[in-house]
Amino acid sequence: MIELQGLTKRYGDKLAVDGLTCTVRPGIVTGFLGPNGAGKSTTMRMMLDLDNPTAGTVLIDGKHYRQLRDPLRAVGALLDAKAMHGGRSAYNHLLCLAQSNGIPGSRVREVLDTVGLTSVAKKRSKGFSLGMGQRLGIAGALLGDPRILMFDEPVNGLDPEGIHWIRNLMKNLAAQGRTVFVSSHLMSEMALTADHLVVIGQGRLLADTSMAEFIAQNSRSYVRLRSPDHERLLDALAAAGVAPVTTADGTLEVDGTDAARLGELAARHGIVLHELSPQQASLEEAFMGLTAESVEYHAHSSPGEAPAAGQGGPGDPPPGAGWGAGRREKGS
Amino acid sequence: MTAPQPPQQPAYAQAPQPGQPGTPPQQWTGAAAPFVYVSPIPVRRANLADALKSEWTKIRSVRSTLWTLGVTIVLILGIGLLAAGVVSSAENDLGAESSPLTLGFFGVLLSIICVITLGVLTISSEFGTGLIRTTLTACPDRARVLTAKVVVFFLLSFVITLISTTLVAMSDSALLADRWSGEITGAEYFKATVGVSLFVAFLGLIALAVGALLRHSAGAITTMLGVVLLPLVAAMFMFTDSLEGVRKALFEYSVPNLLATFYETGATQASSGPTGWEPLWIVVAAAGVTLGGAYASLLNRDA
Ligand SMILES: Nc1ncnc2c1ncn2[C@@H]1O[C@H](COP(=O)(O)OP(=O)(O)OP(=O)(O)O)[C@@H](O)[C@H]1O
Ligand SMILES: [Mg+2]
Repeated sequence: MIELQGLTKRYGDKLAVDGLTCTVRPGIVTGFLGPNGAGKSTTMRMMLDLDNPTAGTVLIDGKHYRQLRDPLRAVGALLDAKAMHGGRSAYNHLLCLAQSNGIPGSRVREVLDTVGLTSVAKKRSKGFSLGMGQRLGIAGALLGDPRILMFDEPVNGLDPEGIHWIRNLMKNLAAQGRTVFVSSHLMSEMALTADHLVVIGQGRLLADTSMAEFIAQNSRSYVRLRSPDHERLLDALAAAGVAPVTTADGTLEVDGTDAARLGELAARHGIVLHELSPQQASLEEAFMGLTAESVEYHAHSSPGEAPAAGQGGPGDPPPGAGWGAGRREKGS
Repeated sequence: MTAPQPPQQPAYAQAPQPGQPGTPPQQWTGAAAPFVYVSPIPVRRANLADALKSEWTKIRSVRSTLWTLGVTIVLILGIGLLAAGVVSSAENDLGAESSPLTLGFFGVLLSIICVITLGVLTISSEFGTGLIRTTLTACPDRARVLTAKVVVFFLLSFVITLISTTLVAMSDSALLADRWSGEITGAEYFKATVGVSLFVAFLGLIALAVGALLRHSAGAITTMLGVVLLPLVAAMFMFTDSLEGVRKALFEYSVPNLLATFYETGATQASSGPTGWEPLWIVVAAAGVTLGGAYASLLNRDA
């Protein structure tokens, strides 16, 4: 169990994490979502006592990280797949971690086996692919057989087989009663893995809800209607007690009435329909809607334009601007 | 999308767990009453000895260690023996005032560059790669991490330098036994081996501290080279009389001159500046101050 209480981190005059309070519970996978620069990695670093919070505290099973008797037994973390010395072999990388916690060398071979790196155990990690590096990082996180696991964007650089593998790994770890906390910017990925969601934007908590609740609230289904006889269709719908929403391009969106009924209604009035399609708003859209206000790094549509430096003011960009494309390089 | 694997068959649980091959982990009792996982692996509180073991694995498992220490040995032995070879084949005997031990000086002076590099890399490479975060996650006691690095690096560089300087001192005095009339005292021997090795190892500790403060390999190595070379170079360019005092101090307290002090005999002793074991106390003090800064920096700054 991890408890964050008013966790705040300020870099200069920039609030990277702003009064975050939430609890990460055992037995489930908790997804930690937010757009680029939302403060996910900063939060995780503070949870591990790597960065000092400006304010607030983190308690791991009721203790501060520094007070843990058995750090690797308590928490296993994957922060950055490249966080290893490229000249050291996979085996030695894990061995020095194990030794620092008095974990026997046999455990190193076990976790190498678990992540499927046994055949390259003696190879220097410099030559590893991104996915192999990610697996080595995960092996390091599993080393102490910890009660709590934290992964910062673990699917980065993994192939579909690898993504499938880590998804099952996280679910199984949680099913064993461990606390699993995993960050991502992909709602679709989290929808398949997480049981609980913590969403942040610009360092602030935007949502702390179960996955089922989030889906129920945000996966709006509706029917799209398009007709050359727009006015008559509106009248017919109004007469039937259906309240449609007219979108910018002239199509109608109807909530809460199924497509068959709408088709029959149109037929009864002899209205030609060019489109009658049931639609499902994706969770990705729901997530982007939730975080649109707080997205900092927007992609710009015209290629010549300079990328937004630092802060993009909240509000000015249209919701759903492809923030994913605005990934910036980070020094740390 | 693929259906997630049901939790009844955890792939991870199939991996062998030490100590309890047959026993399955606790049963899943449903989301309503989540239990907390307890590892079957026995827990032992980690201590400094574990950190030392870990740092020893780290330092021996990268090539930069082999390279820097290998070159250290080659420089000390190679240049030391070469100098003796040149002298023994020369026309004149070695002057009475310079003992065969002094021939070890240049090799050690050059090898300082290697030891400095290793000292810096011992810690700065962890910052450069981000490994420091993994290290500190595994051992949140930062003072313990730095202490382990200091001890392992110090002992390793001291032992390597001691072996090399001892070999050179023994072979040089043997090679030149018939070309030199003087007598090497035990104290001189001790200074040219143990003294020199302590001096070099403490200088390496300063480099380690600078690496921890700057967290940047190239920057820290450059800084240390500056510390070693600049005072001497600067002194050479101070011609004017008004700067004579500064020039003299820069020269006398420059690293090469401090190192040379260990090779002084009664006959060659300088009229002013540090003498005897004073250079060692100077670098010990400097190492203490910079390491103090390194501890403060590591304990208080974000990793
Ligand atoms: N060491 C630092 N110094 C100054 N600013 C920092 C530092 N680390 C992070 N920041 C800033 O804090 C904010 C949050 O960064 P963080 O890396 O935590 O975001 P994130 O949610 O992990 O993003 P991403 O999805 O891109 O990984 C960013 O605006 C970043 O520029
Ligand atoms: Mg991040």
